[in-house]
Amino acid sequence: MFEENKTANEYLEIQLLLEAIYRKYGYDFREYSVAHTRRRLEYRRAREGMTNYSSMQHKVIHEPAFFEQLLLDLSINVTEMFRDPWFYQKVRELVFPHLQTYPFVKVWHAGCSAGQEVYSMAIMLEEALMRERTQLYATDFNEAILEKAKNGIYPMDVVRQYTTNYQAANGATSLSDYYTADYDSVIIKSQLKEKILFSPHNLATDGVFGEMHLIFCRNVLIYFNRELQNRVFNLFYESLVPGGFLCLGSKESLRFSDVASKFELVSEREKIYRKKREG
Amino acid sequence: MNCNGTHYRAVVIGASAGGLAAVEKVLSQLKASFCLPILLVQHISPHTQSYLATHFEDKCALTVKEADDKEPIKRGYFYIAPPNYHLLVEYDGCVALSIDPPVNFSRPSIDVLFESAADYFGKELIGIVLTGANSDGALGLKKIKEHGGLTVVQTIETSEAQAMPAAAIQTGCVDHILSLEVIGDFLNEICEC
Repeated sequence: MFEENKTANEYLEIQLLLEAIYRKYGYDFREYSVAHTRRRLEYRRAREGMTNYSSMQHKVIHEPAFFEQLLLDLSINVTEMFRDPWFYQKVRELVFPHLQTYPFVKVWHAGCSAGQEVYSMAIMLEEALMRERTQLYATDFNEAILEKAKNGIYPMDVVRQYTTNYQAANGATSLSDYYTADYDSVIIKSQLKEKILFSPHNLATDGVFGEMHLIFCRNVLIYFNRELQNRVFNLFYESLVPGGFLCLGSKESLRFSDVASKFELVSEREKIYRKKREG
Repeated sequence: MNCNGTHYRAVVIGASAGGLAAVEKVLSQLKASFCLPILLVQHISPHTQSYLATHFEDKCALTVKEADDKEPIKRGYFYIAPPNYHLLVEYDGCVALSIDPPVNFSRPSIDVLFESAADYFGKELIGIVLTGANSDGALGLKKIKEHGGLTVVQTIETSEAQAMPAAAIQTGCVDHILSLEVIGDFLNEICEC
């Protein structure tokens, strides 16, 4: 497969670097998609002026501060509030009627990154008058990012896009009702934060999380290889109540996983799945 | 994945402004037996629902599809990057998607596809830059060349938008500068099935 030794050697060096990160710091990127991991590592390598990943490995072992930087490089995911507005419309239309039949609802945002998605959901629940009987859980393995999510501060220039998305998702009022604006940034109002529990959880290494009615994990699994994807799908299956919903990114699919037959596809384009009831 | 007659194993194409017509022209010239997999990044608005696969479906003999995450790259297939996702070639020869930040203001980005494809296919890759109005693809094409692959750019005269082919040519890493009319036939000669 690797006719050129250069590529094969580099691949080996990356594997060893990820192994070193795991053994020294406990963060496991060994089953991440290599093409994507490599791009992010290469960016850092070029910025540091290093010629190869072995020198990067040396630095990461001996300088925890460098590891913290690398951890951010490897874990920041880019998302928006109400990314794919049509998706949120569908959740409101297809999933909310079911959620309203429960006296209390638990929602998990797995891999919440900087919190844009969980705040989007909190707004939708607010507008559906379900805030009082909902608990949202937002988890990420990177505690620095989790801290950002908790703070809920976003730069003004991206909020314009969020506002457009919110309107396209048929929001009931104005997005500005949910934040306080500063000169160049906005802060999400605390009433939205009250219902969210932010907590560290690593999909690659940690276990089942609660008895959820709805799980969001959008555009996280594309960064994993097939085996890890499959394990995480099993984790989601175990973490859902019968009849609970699982929302993936629009290019992600349960199709090739071993829990595929245990879910029904509720909405194809939006990738909304529902856990079947036993028997 | 190998075409029997050639050592090339895949073709990557990057196109931007004016790309729809240009890609269509190239595809329509491919002979029915052309079997090298083709991966395309066509710049497109992130907010559209993708219509590219439908658009190209009946315009070539290859099986046209929008790329799914982690699907194996197979001969006889034409894979298109979905709107708002980068398309990459994974180390096991599958495609991978990502929502990493735009590169060259673009997601999907041509450089991202070309660079990851060069990592996997090495000298067995053909990279083609077509018409477009920014410089995406130039660095990727350079990397393909550095890995021993074959690099092709559409002539500036036959490009609807000239900046992209011009930037690619400026890298000095281009093997062939071809007018749009002959790119399809050029590929036909490489795939000897």
